[in-house]
Parts: sequence; C-alpha cells; structure tokens
Amino acid sequence: MSDGRQEQPDPARRRLSRRHLLLGGAAAGIGAAGAVALDLAVKAGAAAPARTAEPMVSGSDTVPFFGAHQAGVDTAPQAHASFVALVLRDGVDRAGLRRMMRILTDDAARLTQGDAALADSEPELAVVPARLTVTFGFGAALVARAAGTAPGWLKPLPAFTVDRLEPAWTGGDLLLQIAADDPMTIAHATRMLLKDVRSFASVHWVQPGFRRSAGSEKPGTTMRNLFGQVDGTANPVVGTDDFSALVWGPADNPAWLTGGTGFVLRRISMDLDKWDKLDRSGRESAVGRTLATGAPLTGTREKDVPDFAATTALGFPVIPEYSHLRRARSEDRSQRIHRRGYNYDDTPTGTAVSNSGLLFVSFQADVDAQFVPIQQRLDTLDLLNQWITPIGSAVFAIPPGCAADGFIGDTLL
Amino acid sequence: MKITSTPTRLVVAAAALLLTLSGCAGTAETPAPAADTTPEGSSLTMTDAWVKAADSGMSGAFGLLENSGAEDVTVTSAGSPAAPMLELHETVANDAGDMIMQKKEDGFVIPAGGSIELAPGGNHIMFMGLAAPLAAGDDVTVTLNLSDGSSFVFTAPVKDYTGANETYEGGNAK
Repeated sequence: MSDGRQEQPDPARRRLSRRHLLLGGAAAGIGAAGAVALDLAVKAGAAAPARTAEPMVSGSDTVPFFGAHQAGVDTAPQAHASFVALVLRDGVDRAGLRRMMRILTDDAARLTQGDAALADSEPELAVVPARLTVTFGFGAALVARAAGTAPGWLKPLPAFTVDRLEPAWTGGDLLLQIAADDPMTIAHATRMLLKDVRSFASVHWVQPGFRRSAGSEKPGTTMRNLFGQVDGTANPVVGTDDFSALVWGPADNPAWLTGGTGFVLRRISMDLDKWDKLDRSGRESAVGRTLATGAPLTGTREKDVPDFAATTALGFPVIPEYSHLRRARSEDRSQRIHRRGYNYDDTPTGTAVSNSGLLFVSFQADVDAQFVPIQQRLDTLDLLNQWITPIGSAVFAIPPGCAADGFIGDTLL
Repeated sequence: MKITSTPTRLVVAAAALLLTLSGCAGTAETPAPAADTTPEGSSLTMTDAWVKAADSGMSGAFGLLENSGAEDVTVTSAGSPAAPMLELHETVANDAGDMIMQKKEDGFVIPAGGSIELAPGGNHIMFMGLAAPLAAGDDVTVTLNLSDGSSFVFTAPVKDYTGANETYEGGNAK
C-alpha cells in the first residue's frame, strides 16, 4: 500500500487496518472520520487520547492502558463498573499465572483502546471503548501461588461488629475491576476476559454498580448514594502529592507492589425502607452533612471544612458526636483513603421492594494503616450503622501498571 | 502487554523455536527496499495472530497476513514445533452444502500490497497431531515457507476458543 509501510511497521496502524477489514470501515459505529482521527492520534504519539475532529459521542474516548500505574484508580470514575472476583483453579502455578496475566493483559490493552481482543467472537462490540478501564487485583492466595511476599494487610479485614458478611460476596484470588461509561462495553469486556480466564480460574462473585450516566451532570461532581447523600467528598485530589502519597505510597509494601496500591471492596446493604422512616433533619444529623449540597452542617458548600467545635443554642455540637462525618474523620491526615465506589440496585426478594446498597471501594497504599482505623471508628459509633450493613468484604493488592512489552503482574510473576 | 507477532526475515528456513513465555520481545527487522534481491518473506507481516488452545489432536492458527511488497507472495507450506504436520486450509461448502475444511493445494496467495485474513470459518493454518497440549497463554512459533524459497516466521499466543469446529475432510475423505 503506502510507502510508509516499508519503513517501521506500526502494529497499531495495522490493527486498525484489520478493524477496517473486519468491520467494513465506516459501518461499525466508529465511523471513517473517527478512525482517521484515531489513526492520527496513533501517529502523533502513544499516550494522549487526542481526538481531533469528529465524534459527537463520547463512546470513542479512551484511557491509556500502559503506564506506571494501572488505570481505573486515579481515572475519573466512569458511570458503570463491574467488580469480578475469581478463585484460582487447582494446579495453576506460577507459570500458569504468568500465562493467565499475559492473556488478560493483552485483552485489556486492546479492549480499552477500542480494539477487538484476539479471538474476539463479537469484535463489533469492542469499538466503543467509552473510557473502558480494566484493573487487576491480586488476592493473598494468588501471591502465595506465585511464591511472592504479600503485604501484611493482604488478608481479610478484622471482624467488625457491624459485619454480616456473606461468603458469596467475600474474598477471592483475582479481581477484575471493569469500568466504562457504557454498560454494553462492560458486558463485552467482561465476557471476553472471563472466557480467557476460565481455564485458570472460576467466577466467585460479580458485583455491578452504577453512578450517574456520563454527561448527566458536570464532570467531577461527587456521586450520591441511594440514600441521596453526597458520598465521597473527602477524597484526595487526583494529581496532587497528597493523592500520590495516600494511594501509591511510599508504604511498607513488597517491592513488586511499587507503583501499585491496596484495594478494599465492602458490599454495604442499605435499608431504604428503614431510612424512609427518618425525617430529613434526622437524616442530616446522622451523616453530619446537608442532603441538598453535601455541605457539613456547619457550612454552606460541599467542600467547606467542618467545624466540629460549633455548638447549637442548646450547647449541643452542630455536627453530632455520633455522625458519620465526625466518626469517619481522623486527626491523623495519613488515615485517609481514595474512594471510588458505585451504587447497586438488585432485585428485591420476598416482600421487600428494594435490595440496594453501596459498593464501597477504596484505594490506599496501606489498608491496615489507612482503611482499618477509619472502619474501626465507624464500627464503634456511627449512627448510620442503624441503616447500613456490610454483607461482603474483599481486599486485593493492585499491582503496578506495565509497559507495552510487559504484562500486569510482571513484577511478581 | 500487547502481544504482537514477531516477523523475522529468514532466507533459510531455520528451525523454528518455541519462544520462552517472555517472548513478545523482538522488533521487526526493516525490510530492505532493494527490488530484485528482496525475498518474499521480508514483505510479509502478521498481525493479531493467535492459535486455538487444544489438549491434543488438531488446532488452527489465525491472523492477518499482509504483503507490503510489489509482488504477490505465495505461502506454499507451514511448519511449527507444536505439531509434526501443518496444512494450509480453506473452508468451502461441500456437495451437501455443509461448510468443510479442506487443504488448499495451491497455497495462500497474498497479493502485492494486499492481505489475507486467516480466521475461523475461513482460510487458516491447520495443526495436526499436536506434539503437546497447547495451553492458553503459551506462545507458538510458525514458519511459513514461501514460493521463492524464503520463509516468514511469526509467534502467536494460544487462546481458549470454542469455535473453529468446522468439519475436516482430509485427503482420504474424498
């Protein structure tokens, strides 16, 4: 074809040409102009998802896959996510884990960029990446199979009195966090990844979650949970040294985890029927924030610093001692986490009309030093405990990202 | 990791080796532009190659073969350490209307500046009598022998795949 082809072969361009071949070019939803824009972006350089002209839709937006850190941690949360925990099959050894992670990495690297995976039997479903990220996490059993050193916190969380953990939502050896702004994209990516992992592991649990749809509200808006509360206001700001220290460390982690982080998922059932019995002021007291804006009860804007010393005319604290806000907050600034949760809304059972809750997800370099003290304070006293119940729990180590010639987990495997 | 095939310019058909599991390394050699002396193998690239996992018996290799040269390239045969016999297959309808695989006796012709897609249900490279199980995540090396005596080597990862089950009608079947 072109003369340029005789110079340095460019796999990305060739893959794109394959996509044209497979999908008949413009017919596939990305459109010829979009494909040209992608082609230009590929020529211009690897990292930036620089789109030039085109799309009136956001489905072609991509998040870079390769890098020092895995995507899906500091990525602005997508509208949808599915968390999948797998249990390794007997006999999958270190070499098997290596083969598994090579295949899964290749799938993720392609799918996140809007390319079909190898042997993808529905390649047309791959062309709308919609900011797809696939983030892998390793459980203690996987690290043990790899004969690696696990960080001290890679184990079940200490038992909390509020816990009513169900085995079906707890634990796992390998985590896939599959997130995108389009649930169709997640369905296809999940199917593809699980097809490729099934000779190595079996599905233990799948937990889909959602936020507001992409474009529904201003980017960066703190999500609300199904109690209507603004949820996650205290997050560190991505891109700051504060965020980096809290999420990536330094922490007392084994060397293979450098550039990685710790992951906690708590499936928190929320009793919406019981919550319905609480009036608005009671709801605001329980959390210590207003429902309208998420501002602390001593402030007017969401990000206002709470004034825990402020008292009412009667001399009671404006932000009650039992409130979630006060209990979650520590004087120790290192006891903070990066939250990236999602809501769930499952089919009710029996006579109930709701089966809803929060997939509490947090990233922190050291789970024991950062997450556990917060949860211990909430366990001891948090009025919200009357309406919420943790029913699932899992901890994973998120290995660092990889280079284009590596694979996720190559520092361990 | 993006698993990429590793095209290697080989004039003599070297014994292909199973690469180690780290093997997605290696950059393509830049084909020499000289006209008359350019072996066919240096005009080929293989993209998105993969091989179907199998415990024993038969398997297949797939991907996009492209020819950047000014002359057509003909693949006459294929070899791999993974199996003692590889055949170039096409999928066609038999007299009963069923889709069957059969050996493509005249080989695969990749037109100048063009490509052929090797895919389940279409043209593909058939492995027969696997030497050992092909497990997902393994790498398989395949050597394509070309009509001018040169060859082209690519490496492909093994993937679980439940399709590619066309009926095979071998030389003895008809």
